[in-house]
Amino acid sequence: MALLDIQNLVVEFQTASGPFRAVDGVSLHVDEREVLAIVGESGSGKSVSMLAVMGLLPWTATVTADRMTFNGRDLLKISPADRRKIIGKDIAMIFQEPIASLNPCFTVGFQIEEVLRFHMGMDKAQRRARAIELFKQVGIPDPADRLNSFPHQMSGGQCQRVMIAMAIACNPKLLIADEPTTALDVTIQKQILDLLVSLQAKYGMGLIMITHNMGVVAETADRVIVQYKGRKMEEADVLSLFESPKSNYTRALLSALPGNAVGDRLPTVTDMLFEAAPSGAGA
Amino acid sequence: MTKVVEGKNIKRDYHVGGGLFRGARTVHAVKGVSFSVEKGKTLAIVGESGCGKSTLARIITLIDPATSGELFIDGNKVDIARDGLTKEMRRKVQIVFQNPYGSLNPRQKIGDVLGEPLLINTDKPAEERRDLAMKMLKKVGLGPEHYNRYPHMFSGGQRQRIAIARALMLNPSLLVLDEPVSALDLSVQAQVLNLLADLQDEFQLTYVFISHDLSVVRYIADDVMVMYFGEAVEYGPRDEVFSNPKHAYTKTLFAATPRADIASIKARLAKKKAA
Repeated sequence: MALLDIQNLVVEFQTASGPFRAVDGVSLHVDEREVLAIVGESGSGKSVSMLAVMGLLPWTATVTADRMTFNGRDLLKISPADRRKIIGKDIAMIFQEPIASLNPCFTVGFQIEEVLRFHMGMDKAQRRARAIELFKQVGIPDPADRLNSFPHQMSGGQCQRVMIAMAIACNPKLLIADEPTTALDVTIQKQILDLLVSLQAKYGMGLIMITHNMGVVAETADRVIVQYKGRKMEEADVLSLFESPKSNYTRALLSALPGNAVGDRLPTVTDMLFEAAPSGAGA
Repeated sequence: MTKVVEGKNIKRDYHVGGGLFRGARTVHAVKGVSFSVEKGKTLAIVGESGCGKSTLARIITLIDPATSGELFIDGNKVDIARDGLTKEMRRKVQIVFQNPYGSLNPRQKIGDVLGEPLLINTDKPAEERRDLAMKMLKKVGLGPEHYNRYPHMFSGGQRQRIAIARALMLNPSLLVLDEPVSALDLSVQAQVLNLLADLQDEFQLTYVFISHDLSVVRYIADDVMVMYFGEAVEYGPRDEVFSNPKHAYTKTLFAATPRADIASIKARLAKKKAA
């Protein structure tokens, strides 16, 4: 059975100019031990659909779906109190801006121990020991000392490691990484991606990787969903997506990679969408 | 070929003031970098954050003076610490910044954004400034209907076009591009890169292109300089640097760049299966 199973998810926002449909009938599922990548440009609804799973959308959003279950539990009908027990424990999320997602007023040690206190009910000594162990796992040097650092005293890559440590603190079954490396340098990006993939394999987690970087997809994913303007354009395993993309949009996206340039100009997505068959979606 | 910009052994130190419990210290942001770019060519500067590439961009753009070393623009030696900056110099070099959301004044209409460089640096009448701004809007793929709009009404890619248009208003011979596409989506990135290539062909522009994305650099650059902790560890023609990197850091950088070709995906999947 799929770990996370979503059928026909629709998210609408109430705006001054009427409802705006950010996610339009997206279905997806993730199994245990699987890396699913969701690709799309900004505004394609890739983050919003995951925020809907987490229940983190503002009150202006209406979420409807035929089915939205996690590990057999219905996330549509769940009470806020029950949801809080799952979120952060069984489903954890890593956000794009590591420095902005940590609280600047508390030490990173306090913030990590807060998760452990709330979800695992550990006492002080246990929490400390577990936090040090987690820091070691994500490759932060001098873990015992670094627990007393504030976020501003650490670099972007280090803060992202703290976020990952916090996310895996309660051994989640599903980890959602929302553009985890977009704000980082390429060399640091490589380290963080390697870390995420090794942790995923070690603990058999399901991992959803939200990104707009085709390189990141190629380096991490098992299966890929391509989204455009709130719709699912294509779903395929990673090799067939790159080898033989079915939808025009995916083909356009791949040819817009600077590495694939033929001649001295890049084909752009709009050229390709308009000159190709008007159907747009091939999936 | 004429050299539009040339730097000889450029250094830049910043003095960080001491506090109550800390002594003052000096940060060597750029430690003796030499380079030259010919007319109509593109030099790409690559490196991670903190390696001094933006400091070098500021020196080339005549925003910051170099601590030591010589900078030549169009063959003339420039030293803004001693001589200050003339309007004539300012017209020759322009810059486009990374974040198109932060580099436009939200209270200024696009027409005024484009007219301002002319207002400050030339004595052209309002009528002429308006005509030139309209023409430039068309050049960068926007229309006259955008003249009276405000920056918040544009998407990221359009804003970057406006920033490029503003930089070109004074007909500079050198354009410094500080990570111009790293905040943009892949499809929009392709459009902006094409625009830059079109403009380079049309006006024989010279670019200094700063980036940490090697795939973009490989596409746009003629020469590549790799910076690491304020030093140029590798400098040469693009194909040479990409096919035969000499310095260990350049090799690390290439190894870290995600590969999207089918062979490397197959290799990764095979490795995963074996594990």
